[in-house]
Amino acid sequence: MTLEIVGISVLWLFLFGYLIIASIDFGAGFFNAYSLLTGRQHILTNIIQRYLSPVWEVTNVFLVFFFVGVVGFFPKTAFYYGTTLLVPASIAIILLAIRGSYYAFETYGSRGHKGYSFMYGIAGLFIPASLSIVLTISEGGFVSMVDGQPVLDYWELFTNPLTWSIVVLSIAAVLYISAVFLTWYADKAKDAKATSLMRKYALLWSLPLIITAIGIMVELRQHNAEHYGRMLDFWWLFAISAVMYVGTVWLIWKRKKYGLALSLLIGQFALAFFAYGISHYPYLLYPHLTLYDGFTNPTMAVALIIAFIAGLGLLIPSLYLLLKLFLFNKDYVRGKKDNHA
Amino acid sequence: MGNEESVFFSRVLTELTLSFHIIYATIGVGVPLMIMIAQWVGIKKNDEHYILLARRIARGFVITVAVGVVTGTAIGLQLSLLWPNFMQLAGNVIALPLFLETFAFFFEAIFLGIYLYTWDRFENQKKHLLLLIPVAIGASASAVFITIVNAFMNAPQGFDILNGELINIQPLVAMLNPAMPTKVAHVLVTAYMTTAFVLASIAAFRLLKGSNHIYHKKSLFLMLKLGLIFGIAAAIIGDFSGKYLAAYQPEKLAAAEWHFETEKGAPLVLLGILDGEEVKYAFKIPYALSILAHGSPATEVTGLNDFPQDEIPPLYIHYLFDGMVMIGMFLVFISFVYVIGKIRKWKFISSRWFRWIVVMGGPLAILAIEFGWWLAEVGRQPWILKGFMRTAEGATTSNNVDIMLILFSGLYLILGIGSVVVLRRMFRNNPVEQELEDRHAEKGGDFT
Ligand code: HDD
Ligand code: HEM
Ligand code: HEM
Repeated sequence: MTLEIVGISVLWLFLFGYLIIASIDFGAGFFNAYSLLTGRQHILTNIIQRYLSPVWEVTNVFLVFFFVGVVGFFPKTAFYYGTTLLVPASIAIILLAIRGSYYAFETYGSRGHKGYSFMYGIAGLFIPASLSIVLTISEGGFVSMVDGQPVLDYWELFTNPLTWSIVVLSIAAVLYISAVFLTWYADKAKDAKATSLMRKYALLWSLPLIITAIGIMVELRQHNAEHYGRMLDFWWLFAISAVMYVGTVWLIWKRKKYGLALSLLIGQFALAFFAYGISHYPYLLYPHLTLYDGFTNPTMAVALIIAFIAGLGLLIPSLYLLLKLFLFNKDYVRGKKDNHA
Repeated sequence: MGNEESVFFSRVLTELTLSFHIIYATIGVGVPLMIMIAQWVGIKKNDEHYILLARRIARGFVITVAVGVVTGTAIGLQLSLLWPNFMQLAGNVIALPLFLETFAFFFEAIFLGIYLYTWDRFENQKKHLLLLIPVAIGASASAVFITIVNAFMNAPQGFDILNGELINIQPLVAMLNPAMPTKVAHVLVTAYMTTAFVLASIAAFRLLKGSNHIYHKKSLFLMLKLGLIFGIAAAIIGDFSGKYLAAYQPEKLAAAEWHFETEKGAPLVLLGILDGEEVKYAFKIPYALSILAHGSPATEVTGLNDFPQDEIPPLYIHYLFDGMVMIGMFLVFISFVYVIGKIRKWKFISSRWFRWIVVMGGPLAILAIEFGWWLAEVGRQPWILKGFMRTAEGATTSNNVDIMLILFSGLYLILGIGSVVVLRRMFRNNPVEQELEDRHAEKGGDFT
């Protein structure tokens, strides 16, 4: 394994972590707002707040880790993506900021203002949409070099069906991941009503998810034949992922083993996400930037990797403690204890 | 929009974001330590007031952390969005502390979540206090790492440039640059100091607004004691910062002091206005600049006329420097008077006018933080990486920075107002007296 591969694997792994936990968070916010609208708030709010409250900040750090790490390992990405992403990334930041702060404001300040909850819920869907634009741009065809500077063609970007399919996929994935997780969590909390409601949502969103996923493959074939070809090389990874998808849906349908369903879901996304990433290799931005031109110097790379290993040594036990206290603690999950400051 | 405009708006947006973030970041660095001290005193003295103090600060902290985190995320991304050329270079040399900082965030965020949600969950209060240690370490470590990055921008080292290529890169040498020791120490200590004065100012305000509860008096005394200690430390380290500047960034010091001619036994200029090169209406403290710069009255201080004209920073930083130092002296003075007054039982320290002065202390300390950063950053101009890259070369070429500036201004306005409103409501709806009563009622029944 070369240093380049180690670097990108680490970053991709954390991005995957962000994808999962942020999806749970974003989706939960949306379901919360939606249930307010339909007057079923009492069913969900408790479950959602119990899970989200202690962990929202940690979720955000996963994202920070990713973008700081990318610039560390691949400084040239700052030049290519930094210049072109000014508008979409700024919009994502503003939405993240509104969402993160209002969450804290509402939870700890004035509970129950409806306006906040709606803003919060809607922002949670726009964020994945605006972040997913980065993946679209990375497929190439939207950035051209003018006087040695990368320039993004917005017209091309916003009229391309690929863009919109990826946006829809990101939203469907958020809602599906979140619904499956919350089904499991509500079941653990022995909250039958919430379980059955979340189960319905999970099943509802499983279909749009798979349709858009397949649609994107088809569009990619036209848009970036090289990438499509490499994806076919890894067809078996996508195939296992699809089997896992079927497994999750089946278990949820049969109201069985929600824990296993959740594991399968994570496996499904992990395989698809990594298969996508591997087939993207070696490009960071088609066709301008590859892993190899963009890489930092070897000294820095080694230093970063050492720092990363040391950091993990600190992080894993701490994360374990967090999960043990809040995710796997029966009394906490069932709401028997509330020890908030 | 041409390149010049993107540079201009990138600067304004960076200034805006950092100036806003730094308020919440400073509080975020200082508060965990203050909670820790309050809770520790409470456990040691077995005094529920201090424990409640810790708990109430922790509750307010949730709000300021939230704004700190979201604005920090904004500045973190903006560095790449607005200064892509700089980050491409910096990424090669100084990425390590930035990367380490994310681990500090992780560490802090995880334990803060645990700490906040485990009040009264442990039989032994001390165990709960232990959870705060990683929070305080994480918060201070993130300040240390980011300040190292900033120190690197002021005194870059740990790499060579040969034919436009970076060679001989040494990440640790880059981190251990000459600006690092004073900068890191000064930033940390002023963060603790500022937080102490902000909390003292809240206590004094409550006392003025009718509540005469002993809880607020204890809080006030504790915070002013801490403020005094950290204030003195800040002044001492500030003096070292001056010596660092004299050695490595003499143009910044000379501009901050309106010191034009290189001379021995240079005086320190306070306030005044500038007429050409002539300083008018200023207070001059003889020899003080030589002492600040080199530690002895006879030494020589380089003046502005010995630098190339296009490498001199804007001269208005003089007022920023004066503002910061005067606020620092003033805060040390009032906390000193209060602490002595408390021991010697002077009456006037409990008078309304004195309390109003203490109330002013919090906002003034924050103002001093802003002055200090503007001094440090504007004083580095025209460089973004001193001696290697000018600010204009580091900026983005994108044309939409002005619109982003408007959007972010709106965002900060909302966040600023929102956080103040929420904090006020949070404490007004749950006054100390009420909370103490509730806790006593609760304790009567069960002991868990
Ligand atoms: C409560 C805040 C506060 C107070 C009271 C002081 N400072 Fe300060 N100062 C800062 C907050 C600060 C800061 C915000 O933390 C800065 C900005 C950049 C830095 O490294 O620290 C700073 C920078 C800074 C610099 C520039 C360092 C550089 O650019 O590298 C100098 C020379 C001093 N300070 C000196 C002093 C002196 C002599 C003080 C005497 C009382 C003083 N400061 C009080
Ligand atoms: C990664 C580190 C940093 C980078 C890349 C950076 C970059 C910049 C740049 C390019 C400017 C514009 C200067 C100008 O044209 O006026 C600026 C200004 C500023 N920076 Fe830094 N900075 C960094 C660290 C910090 C830190 C740690 C702080 C403290 C919070 C800070 C506070 C400020 C402030 C307050 C300004 C406004 C100064 C002004 O009015 O011009 N910076 N910074
Ligand atoms: C002296 C200057 C600064 C101090 C003391 C400081 C400190 C802090 C603190 C305490 C937080 C809250 C972290 C948390 O609770 O998780 C924070 C957030 C953050 N800061 Fe700053 N910061 C400073 C300047 C900067 C600068 C210049 C940058 C840009 C490189 C930056 C990047 C960030 C980021 C990315 C976050 C969000 C972290 C998260 O998501 O948890 N900070 N900062």
